Amino acid sequence: MTARTSIAPPAEIVGAPVASRPTVWRKLRKNPSVLLGATIVLIMLFIGLIAPVIAPTDPTAINPAARNLLPLAESSARLEDGTRATIVHLMGTDSLGRDVYTRVLYGARVSILVGITVALVSVAIGTIIGTAAGYFRWLDSLIMRIMDGLMAIPAILLAIALVSLSSAGITTVIIAITVPEVPRIVRLVRSIVLSVREEPYVEAAITVGTPVLPLLIRHVLPNTIAPLIVQGTFVCASAILVEAILSFLGIGIPPETPTWGNIMAEGRQLFRLFPHNILFPGIFLAVTVLAVNILGDGLRDTLDPKMEKRA
Amino acid sequence: MISYILRRLAATIPVMLIVAVLVFLMLRLTPSDPAAIIAGDNATSEQILAIRAKLGLDQPIVTQFFTWLGRVLSGDFGNSFFFKKTVWELVSNRIEPTLSLSALTMVFAIAIAVPLGAIAAYRQGTLIDRVVMGFSVLGFSVPVFVIGYVLVYVFAINLGWFPVQGYQRLASGIGPWLQSLILPAVTLSVIYIALIARMTRTSMLDVLSEDYIRTARAKGQTEAKVLFRHALKNAAVPIVTVVGIGIALLIGGVVVTESVYSIPGLGRLTVDAVLARDFPVIQAIILLFSLVYVLINLIVDLSYTIFDPRIRH
Repeated sequence: MTARTSIAPPAEIVGAPVASRPTVWRKLRKNPSVLLGATIVLIMLFIGLIAPVIAPTDPTAINPAARNLLPLAESSARLEDGTRATIVHLMGTDSLGRDVYTRVLYGARVSILVGITVALVSVAIGTIIGTAAGYFRWLDSLIMRIMDGLMAIPAILLAIALVSLSSAGITTVIIAITVPEVPRIVRLVRSIVLSVREEPYVEAAITVGTPVLPLLIRHVLPNTIAPLIVQGTFVCASAILVEAILSFLGIGIPPETPTWGNIMAEGRQLFRLFPHNILFPGIFLAVTVLAVNILGDGLRDTLDPKMEKRA
Repeated sequence: MISYILRRLAATIPVMLIVAVLVFLMLRLTPSDPAAIIAGDNATSEQILAIRAKLGLDQPIVTQFFTWLGRVLSGDFGNSFFFKKTVWELVSNRIEPTLSLSALTMVFAIAIAVPLGAIAAYRQGTLIDRVVMGFSVLGFSVPVFVIGYVLVYVFAINLGWFPVQGYQRLASGIGPWLQSLILPAVTLSVIYIALIARMTRTSMLDVLSEDYIRTARAKGQTEAKVLFRHALKNAAVPIVTVVGIGIALLIGGVVVTESVYSIPGLGRLTVDAVLARDFPVIQAIILLFSLVYVLINLIVDLSYTIFDPRIRH
């Protein structure tokens, strides 16, 4: 189900050979890693989407009477209509009395939003720059010098530095995580474009006078789709991790927003007494990233078996 | 050989120059005016202008870059906006903890990951192989700080074997130093082990099907010798490469690990500097870490000739 929505449309848009599609699709459905990873990712996505429905309370609701409760403890809170209701805190509460279970459910939204956005944006920007570098010789050395410079700065460090340039917020965080990912995509796309442009069918297309843009879109870029889907999946996993790291360090998304990193950052002070504030969001985070990585491994094995050596 | 080393060393200069330009532009791109930050909240506009002139911020940007670069090359990174110290004082104080943590982590990681990866390749398809590969995917997925807190909870809080947080300088003795670093180093090595073990396995799988391995076995070498002498040496180039590339992961991990364990190193300084928007410190740290990363990968490149004498330049 996921595989179809994520694989098929790009192939149709750019007109990849139609005949190969059913086989790829069948291979994907048979691959246990793809199935397992996609299922867990879908579940997390679903949790994020229906968080307002299944969460017992508001993720930012502070309840001074219910601070630092252990998992499964109960508290009563006044509802908006004035009646009192009892809430069972499945994962306890934090030091402001917010329900950790509610915050963990909402946290899935931010993580998945950041992961997918960073993957899409970095793949889009990286493809444009990488194609330009690979196809237009005069741009190549300039672009690749800049990319080498960017890649010489360790990724998390670059993200941390970029976060400091602007006010905290989800857009800043997404940009800060995207920038270090772009050079890797650029390199990948460039290397594919460089090898493909020597192919007879591309030279034939140039000879018959195909304009540059249709040439790139019809004949060159389809070759990048499979590697980019695989690489994009890994970018998504690492983006989710880096977002959590930034929030955990207190330099990411503002602390009142429920993200897994923020819940853990909040739980740091009282970790000795209440380890559950780190444990539960940690489990959700690890499972999600693991699922995306497993999905990526499965996609690589089916779509792009040569990749392990290339990387 | 020496001319090759010099040529490779020279080739890192353009990369570092680009890094310097990027780092310099970063500060220029900030909406905030450094002169205003230094002058403080109550400064008059004349005072701010005076500071701008003093810092050279009224000069053209290219002039500013080369002035800045000249100072950086002579080791002058300027003054911290936030701490009343020079950047170099701040940074140099933090090098020992970070260096200790990274070195210990690398020792752990290589000592554990290489045998693991080799055995996984040797027993390809068996339970051992699948456990190692599973661990490798898991290692990439569990965030450093979650591993850190789980280890702290079990080994420091419950079992009491290690201090919960803090760092003992090497000057206070090897014992306390090592004790304060074991948990952080184990924490940080997990992702590194995952990376190296995976590459060792892939590289060993390639090598183990080669003719000279069959020859070594045929002449009656023990399996351990075949695996760790003949095969591993020939599989070394990709492994060493990934150790070098992994330094980037290690540096990212240092920032997080030092925060979890309250180790007063460069990683903690990075976070503090970002929180305080202390740009000169951030610039210095990025330049320093990038230089280390580039130089280590240069050493890795040079080491290829040791592992594979066929690589001549």
